Amino acid sequence: MKLNRFKEIALDGTVRQNPTFRLVLGTCPTLALTTAAISCLGMGAAVTFVLVFSNIIISLLRNIIPDKVRIPCFIVIIATFVTLVRMFLVAFLPDLNDSLGMFLPLIVVNCIILGRAESFASHNPVLDSACDGLFMGLGFTVAITLMGIVREVLGKGQLFGVELWDFKIGFFENSAGAFLTFGLFIAIFNLCYNAVERKLRHKAAHKTAAIAENTTEIPTTETASQSKEA
Amino acid sequence: MDILGIIVAALFSQNFVLSKFLGICPFLGVSKKVNSALGMGIAVTAVMVITCAVTYPIYVFLLVPLGLEYLEILIFILVIASLVQILEMVLKKFSPGLYSAMGIYLPLVTTNCAILGVAELVISQVNGDKGMFHFADFVFGKVVNEWFDFSYGAAVLSGIFYGLGFTLAIVLLAGLRQKVDKLNVAKPLRGFPITMLTACFMAMAFYVFASI
Repeated sequence: MKLNRFKEIALDGTVRQNPTFRLVLGTCPTLALTTAAISCLGMGAAVTFVLVFSNIIISLLRNIIPDKVRIPCFIVIIATFVTLVRMFLVAFLPDLNDSLGMFLPLIVVNCIILGRAESFASHNPVLDSACDGLFMGLGFTVAITLMGIVREVLGKGQLFGVELWDFKIGFFENSAGAFLTFGLFIAIFNLCYNAVERKLRHKAAHKTAAIAENTTEIPTTETASQSKEA
Repeated sequence: MDILGIIVAALFSQNFVLSKFLGICPFLGVSKKVNSALGMGIAVTAVMVITCAVTYPIYVFLLVPLGLEYLEILIFILVIASLVQILEMVLKKFSPGLYSAMGIYLPLVTTNCAILGVAELVISQVNGDKGMFHFADFVFGKVVNEWFDFSYGAAVLSGIFYGLGFTLAIVLLAGLRQKVDKLNVAKPLRGFPITMLTACFMAMAFYVFASI
């Protein structure tokens, strides 16, 4: 895999198509588990694991799975990995299993995983799909952990379970606070994203203008492609 | 806790969407118009009732005696997917009018976490103390739980009322969104963020019922 392609996939997964803030997928665990940052990390790790391995398997089987029954096939593959994660957590990390509760089995119907299977892994090579799974999972983990930190500090006065101060706003702990935090996070992320994108586009436009001014002769195909890349 | 209190809990204070955060994707995705929201709500309620009616006996009479509890996720999702497929085929054959009204929402219901969620909730009651949500305490109350002994009827009943709670929430949000769409909302808040804020106020209103 070329470095450029890797960079594209990494940027897509974490920023440009961030599953939580840009695509707004997998919202149920995002809203429900962000009361504590530590369970967000656990959820993120579980989702990333399932995403990477289901992407790999689906990508390997992409030419075998018939088109008509692809969704049930994807779901069965995903459910297998979720079952593995659940068995692992029950055996080794029972506390985390309790705090994730029913949202652990519900990873099966998490739209991020099915969405990546459908839109990426089912028609891309194995290595690309694994990277896509990894970075999508990372994007999800970082996003919900950030929200978890905000809600835990404001709602409980704690950070990763460590007591910080006595000041608590109970609102952020209940369900209305979850919707408010999520809505504001999406708004702020979009605001920053659009500002950065505008700046980058501005820069690129300046560069192409400068190239066009400097080249007095008719631009060859080579310079044209260069300016496109810039 | 009396029956009325139980129904109020399932519809309002323990609302599936606004308090348990299940089925958020269709809640945000299919709530642009009241009509489509109603169709989605009815489809979810129907599938929920059938799911509860089918997965509960499968778990109690098939998986537990055979010691296959660890396969529950796999079996449930397959059962739900095939149930939705069968329901779609039956509707298409016997009631084309109903099919054209709610058929397009049925495939979406398969990957709706509210459906798998309700199946898991019912099962967590069977598991007793291992259960994650202590189903009986928050829906049916201890007294009613003794009456029913968490029987088959209670499992189906829970499907009906959770489904109705979902329908109520999604239809209300659709009504609010139709009004909000006419307003001049600040640009970064357009789309999902303003919908989330609307849902936030709805959640606050529903939360009040918890104190009754």
